[in-house]
Amino acid sequence: MEFQLPPYSLKMMLPELFLFGWALVVIAFDLVSGRKKESAVGYLTLAGILIAGGLLAFTGYGRGFGNMFFNDPMARFFKIIFLGAAFMAVGSSFGVLKERVRNHRGEYLGLILFSTVGMMFLASSQELLSLYIGLELTTIPLFVLAAFYKDNKLSVEAGIKYFVVGAFSSALLLYGISFLYGMAGTTDIIQMKINLAITHLTFKSIGMTLVIAVVTMLAGIGFKLGLPPFHQWVPDVYEGSPTPVAAFLSIGSKAAGLVAFAKIFVNGLSAFFGPEMLPNDWGQLVAIMAILAMVLGNTVAIWQTNIKRMLGYSSIAQAGYIMIGMVAMNVYGLSSVAYYMFAYMFANMGAFAIVTIFEDKTESTQISSYRGLSKSEPALSLILSIFLLSLAGIPPLAGFMAKYYVFAAAVEKASSPNGVTWLYWLVGVGLLTSVFSLYYYVNVIKQMYFSREDSPYKIPVSAPALAVIVICLIGVILFGIWPEPILQFAKDIPASFGFLAR
Amino acid sequence: MFPYLALAAILFSIGIYGVMTRRNVIGILMSLELMFNAVNINLVTFNKFIIADGLSGQLFAVFVIVVAAAEAVVGLAIVLLIYRNWRGIKSDYVNVMKW
Repeated sequence: MEFQLPPYSLKMMLPELFLFGWALVVIAFDLVSGRKKESAVGYLTLAGILIAGGLLAFTGYGRGFGNMFFNDPMARFFKIIFLGAAFMAVGSSFGVLKERVRNHRGEYLGLILFSTVGMMFLASSQELLSLYIGLELTTIPLFVLAAFYKDNKLSVEAGIKYFVVGAFSSALLLYGISFLYGMAGTTDIIQMKINLAITHLTFKSIGMTLVIAVVTMLAGIGFKLGLPPFHQWVPDVYEGSPTPVAAFLSIGSKAAGLVAFAKIFVNGLSAFFGPEMLPNDWGQLVAIMAILAMVLGNTVAIWQTNIKRMLGYSSIAQAGYIMIGMVAMNVYGLSSVAYYMFAYMFANMGAFAIVTIFEDKTESTQISSYRGLSKSEPALSLILSIFLLSLAGIPPLAGFMAKYYVFAAAVEKASSPNGVTWLYWLVGVGLLTSVFSLYYYVNVIKQMYFSREDSPYKIPVSAPALAVIVICLIGVILFGIWPEPILQFAKDIPASFGFLAR
Repeated sequence: MFPYLALAAILFSIGIYGVMTRRNVIGILMSLELMFNAVNINLVTFNKFIIADGLSGQLFAVFVIVVAAAEAVVGLAIVLLIYRNWRGIKSDYVNVMKW
C-alpha cells in the first residue's frame, strides 16, 4: 500500500516549540540554581515569553501537517493575547514566588508555560483532533495550578472543582465531536464543513444526530467559557486558586474556549446553515446562554464581598458580552470579539495584578479591606479605579470601545436586509446589564475613596509587577482612544473564515 | 452500527449519572473514565462502519486514551491533596465555598 506523508513544516510552529523547550529549561534551571537567586527563574520565564513573541512576528501565515497546524490571522491575534496573558500572570506572581510557592517555583512557571503552549496549538488547529489535544494541554496544567497551595483548603477545593468540571466538559465536547466525525467522515474542519453541507443539500434535513452533537458541544464549551447554566465553578475556582493563576485563567482559558467555539461553530457549522449564514439554531441557544450570563453575572456580583469572587462573576458577565459578537456571525462579529478579548486582557490582568500585590502584603481579598486605600496609596488606587472603570465600559477607556464594537456588530446584523431582529433584544439586555455592572465596580472605588477611615496598608510594588501595571494602564488608555491599529489587525480575522466584507 | 452507538450512549449516561451522584471522589473519577470510554466506542464504531478506509477514528481514540490517562494522574494527585487536608475523600468535605 502506497502511503504518503503530508507535507510538514516545523518552521510554522517555531514559537510553540521554543516555548515548550523553554518551559523545560525553566524547570531545570530552578533545580540546578539551588534556589539562591530568588527571582532569577521568574525573569528567565519572562524573557522566554518575550522571545516567543518575537519569533511569532517572524512566522508567516500558512499551514503544516495537512490542516493540523494552520497559521491564520486569527491564530496570530489570539497567540498574542495568550502570550500577553502569560507575561502578565508571571510578572504579577513574583510576590507569590517569594513567599507561598518558594519551593516549587520551576514547576509553577513551567506549568504556566505548558498551558500557554497548549493555547497556542489550539489557536492554530484547523482539525478536531489537534483542537482537542490543544484544549487538554491548556487545561491539565491549569488543574494543577489551581490546586497549587497544597495546604490551603480553598485552593485544593478550587483544584478539584476545576478538575471535575474541566474533565466532565471535555468528555461532553468529545462526545459531540465523535458524532460530528461520524456525520462528516473526517476530522478536518474545512472538509467537515463541505461534507455536512453536501449531506444537508441531499437529504434536506438536519437530523437528530447533529442536534445531539451541537447540544453536547455547546455544553462542553459553555463549561469552559463559564456561560450559565454551566457557570457554578467560576467564582469558586477564582476565589480559591492563587491570584495570578486566577488572572491567567480568566484571560487564557476564556480566550482558548472562544477560539474552540469559533473554530467548531462559527467556522465548522456555518456553511451548513445556508449561504446567507443566518445565526439560527445554535445561535439562539448561545443567545439564551449569553443573556443568562449577562443578567446572572452582573446581578450576583453585586452581593459579593470578596474581590476575586466579584471579578469571577464579572468574568461570567463579560463572557456574555463576548458571545453577543459571536452570535452576530458577520464580518464585524469575529473582529469585535477579538478586539474585546484584547481590551479585556489589559483591564482584567491589570486589576488582578493590583489585587495580587495587595494580597501579598495584606493576605486579604475582602473588598472591605480596600477601605481608605486612596490616602495611603493614591497612585495605586487611581490605577485600580481606571481598570475597574474600563471593565465597566466607561469611555474613553478600551472597555468602552470593545463593548461598542460588539454591540455595533450585533445591531448591524439585526438591521441587515434578511435581518435577525431578536439580536436587538440581545443588545438591549447587554446595555441594561452594563448599567448594573457599574454598581459593583464603583463599589470598590467608593471603598477606596469615600471612606472616612485611613488604610493602614502601604503596598510595595516589585519591578515586574510595576511593569505589568504600567503596560496594562497604557493598553487600557491608548487602545481606548486609538483603537485603529488593533482593529485593522482584527479585520483580517473574518476573511480567513470565509466572511467577506461588503 | 446502532447497537454499538446505543452501548456508547448508555455508558455515557451512566458516566454522567455517576459524576452527579457519587459521594466518593474516586467514584467521580471512575465515572469520568466511563464517559471517555463511551466516546472511544463511538469513534471506533464510526471509523469501522462509515469511513471504510483510513484510521482517523481509531487514531483519535488512541489519543483520547492517552489524554484520559494524563487527566487521571492529575485527578488522583488532587484527590491525595483532599485526603491530606480533610482526612477523607468524600466530596461533601470539599464544600467550603458557596455562592
